[in-house]
Amino acid sequence: MFPQKRRLLALAAAGTVLALTAACSGGSGSGDDSSGNADGTPSGKISVLTWRTDLVEDGTFDTYVTEFKKKYPEVTDVKVEGVKDYEGTVKTRMNTDDYGDVLAIPGSVTPDQLPDFFEPLGDQAEMEKDYRWLNDKSFDGKSYGIPVVGNVQGILYNKRVWEEAGITEFPTTPQEFLDDLQTIKDKGVAKVAPLYTNYKDSWALSQWDGWRGAVTADPDALNEMTQTDTPWTPDSDYGVIDGTIYDAVKQGLTEADPTTTDWEGSKRQIGVGDIATMALGSWAIPQMAAAAKDAGADPADIAYMPVPVQVDGKFHTVAGGDYNLGINVHSKNKATARAWIDWFNHDSGYSESQVGLSPLIDGAVPAALESFMSQVEMITMNPAPAGKESLFADIDTASGIVTTDPKYRLQIIDDARSGARTKEQIFDDLNGKWAEGRADAGA
Amino acid sequence: MTSAPTGLGPMIAAASEPDVARPTRTPGGAGRRSAWYRRLTPYLFLLVPVGLLLLLTYTPVVNMFWYSVTDWDGLDKHKAFVGLDNYVEVFTDPDNLRVFYVSLYYVVGSLVQMALALYFATILSFKVRFKNMWKGILFFPYLINGVAIGLIFLNFLKPGGGLDTVLMKTGLESLVHQWTGDPDIANYSLAAVSVWRYTGLTFVMFLGAIQSINSEIYEAAALDGANRWHEFWSIILPSIRPIVGLAFILGISGSLSVFEIPFVMTNGANGTETFVIRTVWMAFQRNTVGLASAMAVVLLVFVLLVTWIQRRLVPEEEVDLT
Repeated sequence: MFPQKRRLLALAAAGTVLALTAACSGGSGSGDDSSGNADGTPSGKISVLTWRTDLVEDGTFDTYVTEFKKKYPEVTDVKVEGVKDYEGTVKTRMNTDDYGDVLAIPGSVTPDQLPDFFEPLGDQAEMEKDYRWLNDKSFDGKSYGIPVVGNVQGILYNKRVWEEAGITEFPTTPQEFLDDLQTIKDKGVAKVAPLYTNYKDSWALSQWDGWRGAVTADPDALNEMTQTDTPWTPDSDYGVIDGTIYDAVKQGLTEADPTTTDWEGSKRQIGVGDIATMALGSWAIPQMAAAAKDAGADPADIAYMPVPVQVDGKFHTVAGGDYNLGINVHSKNKATARAWIDWFNHDSGYSESQVGLSPLIDGAVPAALESFMSQVEMITMNPAPAGKESLFADIDTASGIVTTDPKYRLQIIDDARSGARTKEQIFDDLNGKWAEGRADAGA
Repeated sequence: MTSAPTGLGPMIAAASEPDVARPTRTPGGAGRRSAWYRRLTPYLFLLVPVGLLLLLTYTPVVNMFWYSVTDWDGLDKHKAFVGLDNYVEVFTDPDNLRVFYVSLYYVVGSLVQMALALYFATILSFKVRFKNMWKGILFFPYLINGVAIGLIFLNFLKPGGGLDTVLMKTGLESLVHQWTGDPDIANYSLAAVSVWRYTGLTFVMFLGAIQSINSEIYEAAALDGANRWHEFWSIILPSIRPIVGLAFILGISGSLSVFEIPFVMTNGANGTETFVIRTVWMAFQRNTVGLASAMAVVLLVFVLLVTWIQRRLVPEEEVDLT
C-alpha cells in the first residue's frame, strides 16, 4: 500500500514510540524521594508489602504504623501495601527494582537467589543469639530474613466434637487417630466430615508436610531422606503422612466429594463443629477461632493436638518460621527498613496476637498454645550440611514428585477414592521415582 | 468487499500519486511545498496504535519465545540457554500428553454443541412464536463471564446442589452422581458446561447464515413440494457449509485452549487438567517459566496451524453470502 521508503519511516517512528514508552515505565520506579539519614537514624518514608490483607483492612497495621512512628518520630510515612495472592504477585514484581522496602520473602526464592534480591541482615551465627529459625532464609553464613512468627505443626481440631464422641486423650498412633475419626463418624457428631482435606484448595494438603520430623522425632529427617532410595515406608515420615491420608480417604473418613471443598467455608464449619479435624499449622488457630466466633460458636472449641505418633513415650512437634521479613536490596532507606523489622519482632506484639511463638529466643508462649506446648517436645529441623543445601530440592525436582507441590497428594486421594492403586503400589511408585531422582541428581 | 471505505479514498490517492496536481484538495491553501507532511498523516495516525501493539503484544511474544529456550524460573537474574529441551519435554512427559487426551472430551463436546446450535438455528429460522425470546434465551449464556459460569455450575453440580435437588424431587435419585467428584464423569460434566456456554455463539453464527439465504429459494422449493426436512437438507445445510466448517475449526482450537471453566470448578484436579491449566501451573506453581513458555508456544503454533487449515478449507469469498 505505501512505498517502501515510507514503510521504513513508519517502522522507525513506531520504534521511537516504543523506546519513549519504555523509558517512561522505567523512570516511574526510580522517582523515589525517600532516603534515610546519613547516620542511620530511621527517618523519611518506607513502604512495606504484606500478605496479611485482612490486617490491613481491619486497621491493625494502622495501629502498628502509629506505634512505630511514635518510637521513631523522624519517620514521616510507612506505606503498608496488602498484596492478594502474595506469592505470585510479589514474585513477578521482583523482576523490577520496585518491590517495597520491607517485604516477606516469597517461598519460591531459592537460597542462592537471596543475595540478588535481599539485603543481608547480619551474620547468621551472630543473629542466632537473639533469633530462632533463621536457617530457611540464610545463605553462605548470612541471614536475609527474620521470621515474623514461629509456628508449631500438628492437627487442628474441634474439642467439643471430639469430647462429644467420647475421646479425651490425644491419639498416640496413626491407627488410633483413624479409629478416633471412625468413632466420630459413627456417632454422627461432625455432619460434614471427621477429617477435612481441603482438596480443592490444594495448598492445604501441603500443610501435612508439617508432620515431617515429628513422626520420627528426628531433626535430620529431610537430610536423611536424601540418603535413602525408599523414603516411603510404613514407619517413615512420608509413609505415615501419606499413608494416613490414604487410609482416611479410603475408609470414608473425609468429605464425600473432595472436588467441591471450600477453604473459606471450612473455617466456619470447623468452628461450629461440622468438621472435626484438619491438618494445619498453628497459624490457622486464630482464623478458625474468629470464624467460630462469627458463627456464634465458642472460639475456645478450636484446639490443637500433636501428630499422633509417640517416640519414647513423647509427642513431638516441629517448630519453624512463618514468612520472613527481608529488606529489598534496592531500597533507598535501609536503616528505616531495618528498624521496622526489629520493631515488628520486638515491640509489635504480632506473634502473640497470631497465637504463634515469638521469633525471639526468649519470647513468650501464647496462652492458647500453653497446654499443647506442655505436652510435646519441640524440634527445630536441622539445616542441610554444607555443600548439600539444594540436594533435597534437586532430588525432589528430578524425581518428578515435587513434594512441595500438592499435586502428588491429590493423586493419592484420587487413587484412594477410586481404588485404582493400593497404598503399597503408591509407595512403590514414589520410592521408584525418588530413587531415579537421586540417581539423576547425583546423590 | 470490493472498494475501500470512501473516507480513505483521497488519502490513499494523496499518498500514492504525490506528483499529480489535484485541484480539489483542501481549501486551506496548502500548496505543493507542504505536501510532504500531508503524506505523513496516515503514519502519524498509525504511530500510536502500532507502537502500543508492538509494545504490548509482539514484545511479550518475542520474550516468550526467548524464555521457551531457557530454564528460567520466573525470578532468577540468570537465564541459562537449554536449546529445545523444553519442547522435547512438552511432547515426551506422559503427564503433558495426558492433557491432549482431556481435550478430546471438549472436541466431542463441540460436536454436540454444533448439532444443538444447528437444530435450534434451523427451527428458529422458520416461523415460531416468541422467536426473539428463544433467541435471547439461547444466546444469553454466552454473555456471562466464564468465571461466573464456573461458580454458577460449581454450586449447581456440588453434592446436594441444584441438579441433585431436581433429580431427587423428580424421583430420579438413581441418577445422582458426584458430578465433578467422580473421575469417570468429571470431564463430561465440565465439557457439558462448556457446551452450555458456547452453544449460543454457534447458534447465532448459524442463524445469521441461514437468514441470509434468499427466501425465494424456499418458495420455489415449497412449490416443488419440499417439506421442512428437504428444505434443511437441500437448501440450508449446503448454503451454510462454510460457516459449519468455521464453527468446527473454532471448536477444535477452542477445545485445546479450554481454561476458565475447569480452572474455576476443579482447578484441574481429578483428571480434568487441560493444556492451559497445566501451562499456568507449570509457570506459577512449579516455577518452570521456560517449560511453560514452550507449552504456550506449542499452543500458539497449534492455533495458527488450525487457522491456516481453516483458511485453506474455507476461502473468504465463500463465507461472504451476500
